[in-house]
Amino acid sequence: MSPLSLARASSFRHGIHPEEMKELTRALPIERVPFVKEYVLPLSQHTGAPSRPLVGPGTRVRRGEMIAAPDGYISTAQHAPVTGRVTGIELRPHPMGRRVPSIVIEIDPFDSQRLDRDIPPELDSLPVSDVIRRVQEAGLVGLGGAAFPSHVKLQLPDGKHAQFVILNGCECEPYLTCDHRVMVERPQAVIGGLRIIMQMVGAEVGYVGVEQNKPDAIAALREAVSADPKIRIMPLEVKYPQGAEKMLIDAIFQKEVPSGKLPLDLEIVVNNVGTAVALTDLFEHGKPLVERVVTVTGPGVRRPANLMVPIGTSLEAVLEHCGGLHPETRQVIMGGPMMGMAQKTLDVPIIKGISGVLALTEPAAILEEEPCIRCGRCLEACPMFLNPSRLAALVRNDGVEGLQPLGMLDCCECASCSFVCPSHIPLVQLMRVGKAMVRQQSGK
Amino acid sequence: MGEGVGQLSISTAPFLKSGLSTRRLMWEVVGALVPVVIAATWFFGISALLVVVVSCGGALLTEWTFNTDRRSLGSLFDGSALLTGLLLALTLPPSIPLWMAFLGGVVAIALGKTIWGGLGQNLFNPALVGRAFLQAAFPLTLTTWAAPRGGFFDVEPSTLALPLTQVADVTTTATPLGMAKFEGTVTGILPLLLGNTAGSLGETVAILLIACGLYLGFRRAFDWRLPVSTMLTVAAVSGFLHLIDPDKYPGAQFMVLSGGLLFGAVFMVTDPVTTPITPRGAWIFGLGVGLLVVLIRLFGGLPEGVMYSILLMNSVTPLINRFTQPRRFGV
Repeated sequence: MSPLSLARASSFRHGIHPEEMKELTRALPIERVPFVKEYVLPLSQHTGAPSRPLVGPGTRVRRGEMIAAPDGYISTAQHAPVTGRVTGIELRPHPMGRRVPSIVIEIDPFDSQRLDRDIPPELDSLPVSDVIRRVQEAGLVGLGGAAFPSHVKLQLPDGKHAQFVILNGCECEPYLTCDHRVMVERPQAVIGGLRIIMQMVGAEVGYVGVEQNKPDAIAALREAVSADPKIRIMPLEVKYPQGAEKMLIDAIFQKEVPSGKLPLDLEIVVNNVGTAVALTDLFEHGKPLVERVVTVTGPGVRRPANLMVPIGTSLEAVLEHCGGLHPETRQVIMGGPMMGMAQKTLDVPIIKGISGVLALTEPAAILEEEPCIRCGRCLEACPMFLNPSRLAALVRNDGVEGLQPLGMLDCCECASCSFVCPSHIPLVQLMRVGKAMVRQQSGK
Repeated sequence: MGEGVGQLSISTAPFLKSGLSTRRLMWEVVGALVPVVIAATWFFGISALLVVVVSCGGALLTEWTFNTDRRSLGSLFDGSALLTGLLLALTLPPSIPLWMAFLGGVVAIALGKTIWGGLGQNLFNPALVGRAFLQAAFPLTLTTWAAPRGGFFDVEPSTLALPLTQVADVTTTATPLGMAKFEGTVTGILPLLLGNTAGSLGETVAILLIACGLYLGFRRAFDWRLPVSTMLTVAAVSGFLHLIDPDKYPGAQFMVLSGGLLFGAVFMVTDPVTTPITPRGAWIFGLGVGLLVVLIRLFGGLPEGVMYSILLMNSVTPLINRFTQPRRFGV
């Protein structure tokens, strides 16, 4: 990092600089994964209540047809990723580790697999509540990883206003390049989605935050914006976790979202660039969320790629499309290397929140723990300015009442502390336990 | 499972690590001390090397004796006990009897580290605990300074003295700080930089210590704020006093380059375990050490005070940590 580029790109304070590892896939165009025999759609792919199935064993479904309805406000719909027949609603392994009720669809091998589209909603003429409902019924969730239902973010609570919309194109997780490719290949759709969000929340100015390591994406987006003074493309320093909501806002506005508050309290709405493209697809083509872009990469993958994957495709099928795994593969991770989940079986589906599949040949995290030497590296890594060393000691000694005064719930679980710790203390795991302890105690 | 792929291992994120390890950090500092040991041997002869060897031996033996669990061999080679032995040896006078150096190594680990619960738990710098013990037990020996001599294979006779025997006479000389305090003569910068002066084994070659500090700093082996703050404070306060009365108080360069200040700032103040964990705390710690050093050297009864300054500040480290917690994001 030269002083010159530091002066040019804004950022947040603290954070870490892991190796980027993006060169494996950053230049590879998004390719479609061919259809496979079976699709598994867990009823809970998103934050909030699981969807309510509208189909049963034997039901014939068309690609794009709604097969599960939202069950409550913080819930969303699901759609058939292929034309075929429902074989059952079964307990199947979920990428987050449990077995959950899932709709299993067997493809109709003789169908053309044309997408069953709705008429696109009219943003200008429909009342806001109808537009929000259409977003929910299209099954849109945040595609950055948390899979929070999009309609909830787009409907401002009474009395709240939004001045600014930020699209998150940082993609600060090492290895992942799916957002990068989306920005390079569909810049018009990204900017179109940004305009849709701005219109829905009534914001005047839109930003796209992109880390400087994606100059082609920055150039493509700038060209797509052309002369619109209301939209600004912001190159940001390459630093983890630049894509964490609060860090992104700090980098662009030099403003800290107060502890315990949301971006909306600063009149800001943040969405992922992939989500913006999904909104464009909905409002321009009437397309529900039946597929997403996934980066399949890592030293264990024979042919790394950026793929357009129908939701519900099995991990095994996706890896097979990429030439399979090297025999030395020891870990397969869904998500990025900093915040993803290790899988014990390849029999799990790609769900809406999965942005990457990573195959590692050496399990890096299994290192013997040494005593804490209080070197303070975790303090200087934590983007929330917490003291992970102290918090971890409190968690281990059941000092639950000491946790919240030190900001336990501010932890965003970015794992920067674990990354830097020379004593290999599982800091971020202890932070998760600590957060659960605080929540449990305050729930009593 | 995919074809040919064995059992997939499960662990939790992050799956990337910085590659840094406590062990590597310790060995990094040990490595930086090697040139200092070579310099000490160059200036004080082979007996200096003997002092280093027995001090490290005492430290390692004690570590091995007390750590009886399965990690014993691990902790023996994690570099920390060796580091303590090295640091202790380099703060001792060249003419010290070997058995005392050995005893110092034993005390440093036993009372300085294991009694607190081992690595990471101790309040005081273990090497300095060992040295403080020796200074209290053998005050005369610990303030007897053999002149640096050229003869490489000349073993200082006093180093071979047996326990409880009269220490052989040593050709003594005064350290630069002793001369400044009791004779009013200030040693020039050049001898201080090049090490042609009396003093503890590792403290005399200022230019080498500066190089070690820069090396470790650029390798990010320690928190740079600690040594910088210590040296800046000493320079600022003594520079100010020198301005007021140049005859009575020596200048800032002399104060920084003489005695154990550089050695302490580079190798002792930077011990992560016994110094504050917070960035602001690091500045305060260095400030405290610096002030105490000037206070003891210029206004106290002793010519040198780096050891006591660091130990005193060690004792308030938990307090400093408590009051310098970082301001949380968004609070």
